[in-house]
Amino acid sequence: MNLVEVIRAARENGDPAAFARAIPYMSALDIRVEAAGGTVVLLLPAREMHVGNPWLPALHGGCIGGFLETAAIVQLILDQDGDTLPKPINITVDYLRSGRVVDTRAEARVTRLGRRVANVHAACWQDDRERPIATLQGHFLMT
Amino acid sequence: MAASNFLEELRAFIAKPGNQTPHGRFLGMEVVYLEHGRAVLRVPYDATLAGNAATGVLHGGVITTVLDSACGVASIAALGKRMGIATLDLRIDYLKPATPGETVTAAAHCYKVTRNICFVRAIAYHADSADPIANCTANMMITSSEPAGPRPEAVSP
Repeated sequence: MNLVEVIRAARENGDPAAFARAIPYMSALDIRVEAAGGTVVLLLPAREMHVGNPWLPALHGGCIGGFLETAAIVQLILDQDGDTLPKPINITVDYLRSGRVVDTRAEARVTRLGRRVANVHAACWQDDRERPIATLQGHFLMT
Repeated sequence: MAASNFLEELRAFIAKPGNQTPHGRFLGMEVVYLEHGRAVLRVPYDATLAGNAATGVLHGGVITTVLDSACGVASIAALGKRMGIATLDLRIDYLKPATPGETVTAAAHCYKVTRNICFVRAIAYHADSADPIANCTANMMITSSEPAGPRPEAVSP
Protein backbone atom coordinates (compact mmCIF):
# COMPACT_ATOMS: atom_id res chain seq x y z
CA MET A 1 0.00 0.00 0.00
CA ASN A 2 1.02 3.60 -0.50
CA LEU A 3 0.68 5.20 2.91
CA VAL A 4 1.08 8.76 1.60
CA GLU A 5 -1.90 8.30 -0.75
CA VAL A 6 -4.03 6.79 2.03
CA ILE A 7 -3.14 9.64 4.40
CA ARG A 8 -3.91 12.19 1.67
CA ALA A 9 -7.34 10.59 1.08
CA ALA A 10 -8.01 10.72 4.81
CA ARG A 11 -6.91 14.34 5.04
CA GLU A 12 -8.53 15.76 1.91
CA ASN A 13 -11.80 13.82 1.90
CA GLY A 14 -12.08 13.07 5.62
CA ASP A 15 -12.72 9.50 4.46
CA PRO A 16 -13.30 7.42 7.63
CA ALA A 17 -12.27 4.21 5.86
CA ALA A 18 -8.93 5.76 4.87
CA PHE A 19 -7.98 6.34 8.53
CA ALA A 20 -8.66 2.67 9.32
CA ARG A 21 -6.63 1.57 6.27
CA ALA A 22 -3.65 3.57 7.51
CA ILE A 23 -4.11 2.49 11.16
CA PRO A 24 -5.08 -1.24 11.47
CA TYR A 25 -5.47 -0.89 15.30
CA MET A 26 -8.61 1.17 14.63
CA SER A 27 -10.36 -1.73 12.87
CA ALA A 28 -9.17 -4.25 15.46
CA LEU A 29 -10.76 -2.24 18.30
CA ASP A 30 -13.71 -1.18 16.12
CA ILE A 31 -12.80 2.53 16.57
CA ARG A 32 -14.91 4.59 14.15
CA VAL A 33 -14.66 8.11 12.78
CA GLU A 34 -18.04 9.78 13.32
CA ALA A 35 -17.56 13.28 11.97
CA ALA A 36 -14.52 14.47 10.07
CA GLY A 37 -15.34 18.12 9.45
CA GLY A 38 -13.06 20.35 11.52
CA THR A 39 -12.81 18.57 14.86
CA VAL A 40 -13.14 14.82 14.52
CA VAL A 41 -15.22 12.75 16.92
CA LEU A 42 -14.16 9.13 17.31
CA LEU A 43 -16.39 6.38 18.64
CA LEU A 44 -15.28 3.39 20.70
CA PRO A 45 -18.43 1.24 20.72
CA ALA A 46 -19.28 -0.74 23.88
CA ARG A 47 -17.59 -4.13 23.45
CA GLU A 48 -16.73 -6.87 25.91
CA MET A 49 -13.22 -7.05 24.37
CA HIS A 50 -12.45 -3.54 25.71
CA VAL A 51 -13.06 -4.52 29.35
CA GLY A 52 -10.13 -4.48 31.79
CA ASN A 53 -12.06 -4.95 35.04
CA PRO A 54 -14.85 -7.55 34.75
CA TRP A 55 -15.98 -6.96 38.36
CA LEU A 56 -17.15 -3.35 38.03
CA PRO A 57 -17.17 -3.79 34.97
CA ALA A 58 -14.91 -1.09 33.49
CA LEU A 59 -13.01 -0.47 30.26
CA HIS A 60 -9.28 -1.26 30.31
CA GLY A 61 -7.15 1.81 31.05
CA GLY A 62 -4.78 0.82 28.25
CA CYS A 63 -7.68 0.61 25.81
CA ILE A 64 -8.82 4.11 26.84
CA GLY A 65 -5.23 5.35 26.43
CA GLY A 66 -4.97 3.77 22.98
CA PHE A 67 -8.31 5.29 21.98
CA LEU A 68 -7.19 8.79 23.06
CA GLU A 69 -3.86 8.38 21.27
CA THR A 70 -5.77 7.41 18.12
CA ALA A 71 -7.98 10.51 18.44
CA ALA A 72 -4.84 12.67 18.67
CA ILE A 73 -3.26 11.03 15.60
CA VAL A 74 -6.46 11.31 13.49
CA GLN A 75 -6.81 15.02 14.33
CA LEU A 76 -3.14 15.61 13.47
CA ILE A 77 -3.56 13.86 10.10
CA LEU A 78 -6.33 16.36 9.29
CA ASP A 79 -4.59 19.45 10.65
CA GLN A 80 -1.14 18.94 9.11
CA ASP A 81 0.00 20.40 5.80
CA GLY A 82 1.92 17.28 4.76
CA ASP A 83 0.98 13.61 4.43
CA THR A 84 2.76 11.99 7.36
CA LEU A 85 1.47 9.55 9.95
CA PRO A 86 2.35 11.23 13.28
CA LYS A 87 4.43 9.15 15.72
CA PRO A 88 3.95 9.50 19.49
CA ILE A 89 6.95 10.85 21.44
CA ASN A 90 5.26 10.89 24.83
CA ILE A 91 1.76 10.73 26.28
CA THR A 92 0.27 11.51 29.69
CA VAL A 93 -3.14 10.03 30.39
CA ASP A 94 -5.23 11.25 33.34
CA TYR A 95 -8.00 8.87 34.36
CA LEU A 96 -10.86 10.90 35.80
CA ARG A 97 -13.70 8.41 36.09
CA SER A 98 -14.20 4.70 35.68
CA GLY A 99 -15.03 3.85 32.06
CA ARG A 100 -18.34 2.03 32.00
CA VAL A 101 -19.04 -0.48 29.22
CA VAL A 102 -21.04 1.93 27.08
CA ASP A 103 -20.23 3.87 23.89
CA THR A 104 -17.28 6.22 24.43
CA ARG A 105 -16.41 9.22 22.28
CA ALA A 106 -13.18 11.17 21.92
CA GLU A 107 -12.00 14.37 20.35
CA ALA A 108 -8.60 16.02 20.15
CA ARG A 109 -7.36 19.58 19.82
CA VAL A 110 -3.94 20.41 18.40
CA THR A 111 -2.44 22.98 20.76
CA ARG A 112 0.64 23.64 18.65
CA LEU A 113 1.59 22.27 15.26
CA GLY A 114 5.30 22.78 14.65
CA ARG A 115 7.40 21.62 11.73
CA ARG A 116 8.76 18.65 13.63
CA VAL A 117 6.70 18.32 16.79
CA ALA A 118 3.01 18.76 17.58
CA ASN A 119 1.40 19.19 21.00
CA VAL A 120 -2.09 17.68 21.34
CA HIS A 121 -4.78 17.47 23.99
CA ALA A 122 -7.51 14.81 23.76
CA ALA A 123 -10.50 13.93 25.92
CA CYS A 124 -13.04 11.12 25.94
CA TRP A 125 -16.50 10.98 27.48
CA GLN A 126 -19.53 8.72 27.71
CA ASP A 127 -22.99 10.23 28.31
CA ASP A 128 -21.90 13.78 29.06
CA ARG A 129 -19.27 15.62 27.05
CA GLU A 130 -18.70 17.95 30.01
CA ARG A 131 -17.74 14.99 32.23
CA PRO A 132 -14.71 13.39 30.53
CA ILE A 133 -13.64 9.95 31.78
CA ALA A 134 -10.02 10.47 30.67
CA THR A 135 -7.79 13.09 29.04
CA LEU A 136 -4.50 12.81 27.17
CA GLN A 137 -1.70 15.28 26.67
CA GLY A 138 0.94 14.26 24.16
CA HIS A 139 3.78 15.23 21.84
CA PHE A 140 3.94 13.73 18.35
CA LEU A 141 6.72 13.66 15.76
CA MET A 142 5.52 15.02 12.40
CA THR A 143 8.54 14.02 10.26
CA MET B 1 4.46 -16.19 55.82
CA ALA B 2 1.26 -14.38 54.88
CA ALA B 3 2.89 -12.29 52.15
CA SER B 4 4.29 -15.27 50.21
CA ASN B 5 0.95 -17.10 50.60
CA PHE B 6 -0.69 -14.11 48.97
CA LEU B 7 1.78 -14.20 46.07
CA GLU B 8 1.10 -17.91 45.60
CA GLU B 9 -2.65 -17.25 45.59
CA LEU B 10 -2.19 -14.37 43.13
CA ARG B 11 -0.04 -16.52 40.81
CA ALA B 12 -2.66 -19.29 40.90
CA PHE B 13 -5.45 -16.79 40.23
CA ILE B 14 -3.60 -15.26 37.27
CA ALA B 15 -2.65 -18.68 35.85
CA LYS B 16 -6.33 -19.63 35.44
CA PRO B 17 -7.23 -18.74 31.82
CA GLY B 18 -10.77 -17.71 32.82
CA ASN B 19 -9.37 -14.98 35.06
CA GLN B 20 -7.78 -13.02 32.22
CA THR B 21 -9.37 -9.65 31.57
CA PRO B 22 -11.32 -9.53 28.30
CA HIS B 23 -9.00 -6.88 26.82
CA GLY B 24 -5.94 -8.86 27.94
CA ARG B 25 -7.34 -11.97 26.25
CA PHE B 26 -8.10 -9.97 23.11
CA LEU B 27 -4.44 -8.86 22.89
CA GLY B 28 -3.05 -12.27 23.93
CA MET B 29 -1.40 -10.74 26.99
CA GLU B 30 0.08 -12.98 29.71
CA VAL B 31 1.81 -12.59 33.07
CA VAL B 32 5.22 -14.29 32.94
CA TYR B 33 6.73 -13.23 36.31
CA LEU B 34 5.36 -12.09 39.64
CA GLU B 35 7.17 -11.15 42.82
CA HIS B 36 6.46 -8.75 45.67
CA GLY B 37 5.95 -5.36 43.94
CA ARG B 38 7.20 -6.66 40.60
CA ALA B 39 5.46 -8.02 37.51
CA VAL B 40 6.50 -8.92 33.98
CA LEU B 41 3.85 -9.21 31.24
CA ARG B 42 4.13 -10.12 27.58
CA VAL B 43 2.06 -9.44 24.47
CA PRO B 44 2.73 -11.21 21.14
CA TYR B 45 3.09 -9.33 17.87
CA ASP B 46 -0.10 -9.08 15.82
CA ALA B 47 -0.13 -7.21 12.51
CA THR B 48 -3.83 -6.38 12.94
CA LEU B 49 -2.84 -4.22 15.95
CA ALA B 50 -0.37 -2.09 13.97
CA GLY B 51 -0.53 1.68 14.17
CA ASN B 52 1.00 2.03 10.71
CA ALA B 53 -0.20 -0.29 7.94
CA ALA B 54 2.88 0.36 5.79
CA THR B 55 5.52 -0.50 8.40
CA GLY B 56 3.53 -2.90 10.63
CA VAL B 57 4.82 -1.15 13.78
CA LEU B 58 2.49 -1.86 16.73
CA HIS B 59 0.13 0.94 17.76
CA GLY B 60 1.08 2.85 20.91
CA GLY B 61 -2.19 1.64 22.43
CA VAL B 62 -0.83 -1.92 22.64
CA ILE B 63 2.32 -0.69 24.43
CA THR B 64 0.13 1.48 26.70
CA THR B 65 -2.08 -1.50 27.57
CA VAL B 66 0.73 -3.91 28.42
CA LEU B 67 2.47 -1.20 30.51
CA ASP B 68 -0.75 -0.22 32.32
CA SER B 69 -1.49 -3.88 33.03
CA ALA B 70 2.05 -4.55 34.30
CA CYS B 71 1.78 -1.51 36.61
CA GLY B 72 -1.57 -2.78 37.92
CA VAL B 73 -0.34 -6.33 38.58
CA ALA B 74 2.88 -5.05 40.23
CA SER B 75 0.75 -2.81 42.49
CA ILE B 76 -1.51 -5.67 43.59
CA ALA B 77 1.61 -7.77 44.21
CA ALA B 78 2.97 -4.96 46.43
CA LEU B 79 -0.25 -4.55 48.44
CA GLY B 80 -0.01 -8.02 49.96
CA LYS B 81 -3.76 -8.65 49.75
CA ARG B 82 -6.48 -8.46 47.12
CA MET B 83 -7.61 -4.84 46.77
CA GLY B 84 -9.31 -2.90 44.03
CA ILE B 85 -7.06 -0.50 42.10
CA ALA B 86 -7.58 1.93 39.24
CA THR B 87 -5.07 3.84 37.11
CA LEU B 88 -4.97 7.52 38.06
CA ASP B 89 -2.14 8.73 35.85
CA LEU B 90 -0.01 7.05 33.20
CA ARG B 91 2.98 8.71 31.54
CA ILE B 92 4.83 7.04 28.68
CA ASP B 93 7.92 8.04 26.70
CA TYR B 94 8.12 6.18 23.40
CA LEU B 95 11.88 5.70 23.04
CA LYS B 96 11.88 3.82 19.73
CA PRO B 97 9.36 2.03 17.50
CA ALA B 98 8.54 -1.57 18.42
CA THR B 99 10.06 -4.01 15.91
CA PRO B 100 7.35 -5.69 13.78
CA GLY B 101 7.12 -9.42 14.46
CA GLU B 102 8.62 -9.27 17.94
CA THR B 103 6.93 -9.93 21.30
CA VAL B 104 6.69 -6.94 23.64
CA THR B 105 7.58 -7.45 27.31
CA ALA B 106 6.65 -4.98 30.06
CA ALA B 107 8.42 -5.07 33.44
CA ALA B 108 6.92 -3.00 36.26
CA HIS B 109 8.11 -2.17 39.77
CA CYS B 110 5.75 -0.76 42.38
CA TYR B 111 8.35 1.00 44.54
CA LYS B 112 6.09 2.84 47.00
CA VAL B 113 2.68 2.18 48.50
CA THR B 114 0.79 4.71 50.60
CA ARG B 115 -2.69 4.53 52.13
CA ASN B 116 -4.35 5.56 48.84
CA ILE B 117 -1.77 5.41 46.05
CA CYS B 118 0.68 2.93 44.47
CA PHE B 119 3.68 4.53 42.71
CA VAL B 120 5.02 2.47 39.82
CA ARG B 121 7.66 2.62 37.11
CA ALA B 122 7.86 0.30 34.12
CA ILE B 123 9.66 -0.29 30.85
CA ALA B 124 8.65 -2.10 27.67
CA TYR B 125 11.27 -3.94 25.60
CA HIS B 126 11.81 -6.82 23.17
CA ALA B 127 14.75 -9.07 24.08
CA ASP B 128 17.00 -6.60 25.88
CA SER B 129 15.70 -4.67 28.90
CA ALA B 130 18.72 -2.34 28.56
CA ASP B 131 17.38 -1.18 25.17
CA PRO B 132 13.74 -0.31 25.96
CA ILE B 133 10.95 0.64 23.54
CA ALA B 134 9.13 2.73 26.15
CA ASN B 135 9.56 4.12 29.64
CA CYS B 136 6.55 4.55 31.91
CA THR B 137 5.62 5.98 35.30
CA ALA B 138 2.17 5.43 36.76
CA ASN B 139 0.11 6.13 39.85
CA MET B 140 -2.60 3.64 40.76
CA MET B 141 -5.34 4.55 43.20
CA ILE B 142 -6.47 2.01 45.78
CA THR B 143 -10.23 1.97 45.30
CA SER B 144 -11.31 -0.68 47.80
CA SER B 145 -9.84 -2.74 50.62
CA GLU B 146 -12.29 -5.55 49.98
CA PRO B 147 -11.29 -8.67 48.06
CA ALA B 148 -12.66 -8.60 44.54
CA GLY B 149 -14.52 -11.92 44.97
CA PRO B 150 -15.22 -14.46 42.25
CA ARG B 151 -14.95 -13.24 38.72
CA PRO B 152 -18.30 -12.51 37.04
CA GLU B 153 -19.15 -14.96 34.27
CA ALA B 154 -19.70 -12.55 31.43
CA VAL B 155 -19.83 -8.86 30.79
CA SER B 156 -22.68 -7.65 28.67
CA PRO B 157 -22.01 -4.29 27.03
